[in-house]
Amino acid sequence: MNAIATELLTKQFGAFTAVDRLSFEVKRGEIFGFLGANGAGKTTAIRVLCGLSKPTSGRAVVAGFDVTRDPEQVKRHIGYMSQKFSLYEDLTVRENIRLYAGIYGTRSREIRAKSDALLESLNFEAWRDTLVKSLPQGWKQKLAFSVAIFHEPAVVFLDEPTGGVDPLTRRQFWELIYRAADRGITVFVTTHYMDEAEYCDRVSIMVDGRIEALDAPRGLKERFRAESMDEVFRQLARKARRN
Amino acid sequence: MNKRPFSTPSLFAAFARKEFYHIFRDRRTIMILLVMPVIQVILFGFAITTEVKHVKIGLLDPVPDVATRRVADRLLASDYFDLARVLHSPAGVERALRRGEIDMALVFEPRFQRRLLRDGPARVQLVVDATDPNTAALFTGHARQIIADAGRELAPPAGATSLAAETRLLHNPAMKAAYNFVPGVMGLILMLICAMMTSISIVREKETGTLEVLLVSPARPLLIIAAKIMPYLLLSCVNLATILLLSVHVLDVPVAGSLFWLVAISLLFIIVSLSIGIFVSTVTRSQVAAMLVSGMLLMMPVMLLSGLIFPVEGMPPFLRGLSCLIPARWYISAVKRLMIEGAPVTVIAREALALTCTGALLVALSIKNFKNRLS
Repeated sequence: MNAIATELLTKQFGAFTAVDRLSFEVKRGEIFGFLGANGAGKTTAIRVLCGLSKPTSGRAVVAGFDVTRDPEQVKRHIGYMSQKFSLYEDLTVRENIRLYAGIYGTRSREIRAKSDALLESLNFEAWRDTLVKSLPQGWKQKLAFSVAIFHEPAVVFLDEPTGGVDPLTRRQFWELIYRAADRGITVFVTTHYMDEAEYCDRVSIMVDGRIEALDAPRGLKERFRAESMDEVFRQLARKARRN
Repeated sequence: MNKRPFSTPSLFAAFARKEFYHIFRDRRTIMILLVMPVIQVILFGFAITTEVKHVKIGLLDPVPDVATRRVADRLLASDYFDLARVLHSPAGVERALRRGEIDMALVFEPRFQRRLLRDGPARVQLVVDATDPNTAALFTGHARQIIADAGRELAPPAGATSLAAETRLLHNPAMKAAYNFVPGVMGLILMLICAMMTSISIVREKETGTLEVLLVSPARPLLIIAAKIMPYLLLSCVNLATILLLSVHVLDVPVAGSLFWLVAISLLFIIVSLSIGIFVSTVTRSQVAAMLVSGMLLMMPVMLLSGLIFPVEGMPPFLRGLSCLIPARWYISAVKRLMIEGAPVTVIAREALALTCTGALLVALSIKNFKNRLS
């Protein structure tokens, strides 16, 4: 079964078509890179897929639920981490976990056991009662991701999750992403770092609201006769008329 | 899947608890919420006052006699006037006024008593420093009344038919400024806390991106917002109680009318102010903008048009019409009626209706804005 399937998904704002007839599928447990220059329509597409915004036309099924007809069910079965850091800075590590897990209806006994295990696996035990604002940036990002998948969603949407993070922490962050994918969580990720695009199972590149290319990184490089994903991206982004 | 159906009460509690953490962990927020109201009430009640007390009097009495002493004693017996200097010449009066040693000189003519009792009319002059005309007018009026009373006692008018209008000041016999300020400050503080603090706290979540995460979650927006305003609602009630206690026990402004209805109309106003906060948060994107909108666009008109500083009755028709759009104006007017005048609740029906309508309108607009954002 596909974790995400869209069919001619379109979102217009007045005369402006932000997302133009997207049709693609993402398999369960896949790490799917969703690339595109700024203004290509990535964020709008993610908002539609998360049930935050209604599509103008077309269809999208996420985690087995139609985003137009059943946005509430979609919301229950996805996780989300935005490009902005999405934890509460003035709450402690544990309070953040408890709040978000509570929102997704996890039982409190389960929250306790699971958060202990989580903090242990992240080596965070000593920081459990620390306010999030006093954690190093990289730790915050890792924690935000762990919180986003705490309720074991079918799909997790990551909107530029590693913005402003040093390369070492980015590596560690991707380790977490792999571990989540191994557990069967589908990862839908946007990024500006082309080296990260290489880590994805498959990558789509959006230009002016449309998907211009979609394949595994190796396939894309062969097709565009490019050395790296960066080169592939440049070739495609050059065609953009918007912006 | 190992998930229970969503229990709204526990989710609400979790959100509200989080909101309390935000408030109590930020020293600035807690200062604004709990300390500022107390300071404002005391400032408005004591420091910023239009009452006149301890006016410094210079006395020039060339030929003292029983009558001049009686008049001077009557004047100085009140709290309002203190004898600052005894003067000996008209030039001395001027000098003392210029140096600020006195605010007002009381000058008797020679042979005052004789004139008063035989030759009629005896004259006494008040020389006043009118730099601040309002204050000067206030205390001269007061002095004139005292002098006239003393004069009547000394030499009762011959005819029994003399006519004198006597003014009785109802509701606020001592002309205490606190009577006017307490309702105003109540309106101002509740508005500030509810509208400004809620709008800022919602917009802050927009800024940090946490609101987005909440909207992607299965929690319903209405529940999120309700849980968000709950702490402010509670803190406003605490503030209401504080202000009322302070005004009764510290400023000596009693609650003349029904406490129950006073609290009821205050709750209504709190709810309206909260909906202003929510509305502001739907039209602004940054905390600074939210603060400016609720600070400048809401506070200034409240200060200027709600009757807190300038009475609504004295405004030109245009401004009076404008003031009708300001919820605080209705609230302040209702509090004046209920608390100071002790009027029955039926009198404030118009105020209650105006507040209810504004609140309903704001909630409707906020929901509409919110839906537009989502679609």
